[in-house]
Amino acid sequence: MYSEKVMDHFMNPRNVGTLEDADGIGEVGNPVCGDMMTFYIKVRDDKIDDIKFNTFGCAAAIAVSSMVSEMAKGKTLKDARAITKDSVAAALEGLPKQKMHCSNLGAEALTKAIENYEKKNSA
Amino acid sequence: MQIVYMDHAASTPVRREVLEEMLPFFQERFGNPSAIYDIGIDIKGVIEDQREKVANLIGAEAKEIVFTSSGAEANNLAVKGAVLANRKKGNHIIVSTIEHHSVLNAARFFERMMDYEVTFLPVNNYGLVDPQRLAELVREETVLVSIMHGNNEIGTIEPISGLAAICRDKGVLFHTDAVATVGNIPVNVKDLNVDMLSLTGPPLGAPKGIGALYFRSNTRLMPLIHGGIQEMGRRGGTENVPGIVGLGKAAELTLNELPEKTKHVKNLKDRLVSGIMDRIEEITYTGHPENRLPGHASFCIAAIEGEALLLMLNQAGIYANTGSACASKALKISPVLVAIGVPAEIAQGSIVFTLDRDNTAPEVDYILEKLPAVVERLRSFSPLWKKNI
Ligand code: FES
Repeated sequence: MYSEKVMDHFMNPRNVGTLEDADGIGEVGNPVCGDMMTFYIKVRDDKIDDIKFNTFGCAAAIAVSSMVSEMAKGKTLKDARAITKDSVAAALEGLPKQKMHCSNLGAEALTKAIENYEKKNSA
Repeated sequence: MQIVYMDHAASTPVRREVLEEMLPFFQERFGNPSAIYDIGIDIKGVIEDQREKVANLIGAEAKEIVFTSSGAEANNLAVKGAVLANRKKGNHIIVSTIEHHSVLNAARFFERMMDYEVTFLPVNNYGLVDPQRLAELVREETVLVSIMHGNNEIGTIEPISGLAAICRDKGVLFHTDAVATVGNIPVNVKDLNVDMLSLTGPPLGAPKGIGALYFRSNTRLMPLIHGGIQEMGRRGGTENVPGIVGLGKAAELTLNELPEKTKHVKNLKDRLVSGIMDRIEEITYTGHPENRLPGHASFCIAAIEGEALLLMLNQAGIYANTGSACASKALKISPVLVAIGVPAEIAQGSIVFTLDRDNTAPEVDYILEKLPAVVERLRSFSPLWKKNI
């Protein structure tokens, strides 16, 4: 059902955890089946310097969080915002159709964390 | 790697003795039981012998057994067949909220396609229906009440004889889906006092593709499959002879071995349940703690999701089941867990182990070793787990 990439990121997710002094936090809940994802980011020179996540959800949701964190790390905020559910799914070598919404969840949580950071810093 | 299969509600291996009994009926003894020459008449006799064996297992008479292709077909034949044959009596059907889809959707079929009303009888937190409530809901136009014997998702066994007695008093047909119980606990149609009862092959060690419906001899049934007069005109189509032979043999073996099997799986299940409850915190044992299938252990584990849990166990060679929303095609939580009032986020952590005669104590211990570690790992990822909040 899942690609090897998905299974690898699910079994050994990268960047699991929280950041106590996070610059931005993004939390999303999935209305479809009641799952949750939280991203924490540390920003330095307009780049994502560190990133962590916590996920309550299926194997795909965990793999997506892991992949999003890897893709975002080191990127400028602008480039990180360009991560979409499709680019995450592609990086995971595909996701089953009914699991695309889990991919959406990851991209959304990251965007929210970035927005949270920007809001705090525009004040 | 060690393999531990504990999803016997989904499928079981065919017993060796059963397979051996079936094999001649694929090649040497291939005759059509409807034929009038010797090799047909011979097969006809074989089928009737199996009918006797299946009837024996559940305390019925041979003429009260129809062979079907599955438990789902038996349920469809009971619900649709009885409702259609008794159209004149009325247009009201009662089923419980925790029925198998083959009963629920057969009932809904009458609601959607015809002018029928279906009442869904609720269950309590253990999954038990309330006989008092049933008595209040049965009315003049009620044609059929269908309430399952044992539930495959939470293990609960319903008080069928009492429920059936209520219907008998009021002259309403009563069907029970006993797919989860026949082969796992003693089932007797006279004691249960039912008009119809569905069963299927796999829990007895017979193959998939064969089931049966018991119907009390004067019960009127409209066939679903129109055709010849096979199965006393209640189901057309040339008989699945090897399947029927398999079911007959499995019924015969089960009759002799059931007490031993029940004891074996119950001991293992008790060891599994107490071991899991001791080792994992924030976990709920779902279904009724005592009135349940002997080899059935179901839980909801807080702060994790069932599909992820199953896949991580899969990597450790452990096979189980879940009612989580993420694991279902429709992304919906199991209606059974909803019906017993489990909150949505807790129901996500559903896991179900169903044991059978081939499971062993070392297998239980292997699960007790692996499961807590897998749960802890998934919880370490979860925003809902207390240590991460
Ligand atoms: S989180 Fe529910 S399906 Fe992926």
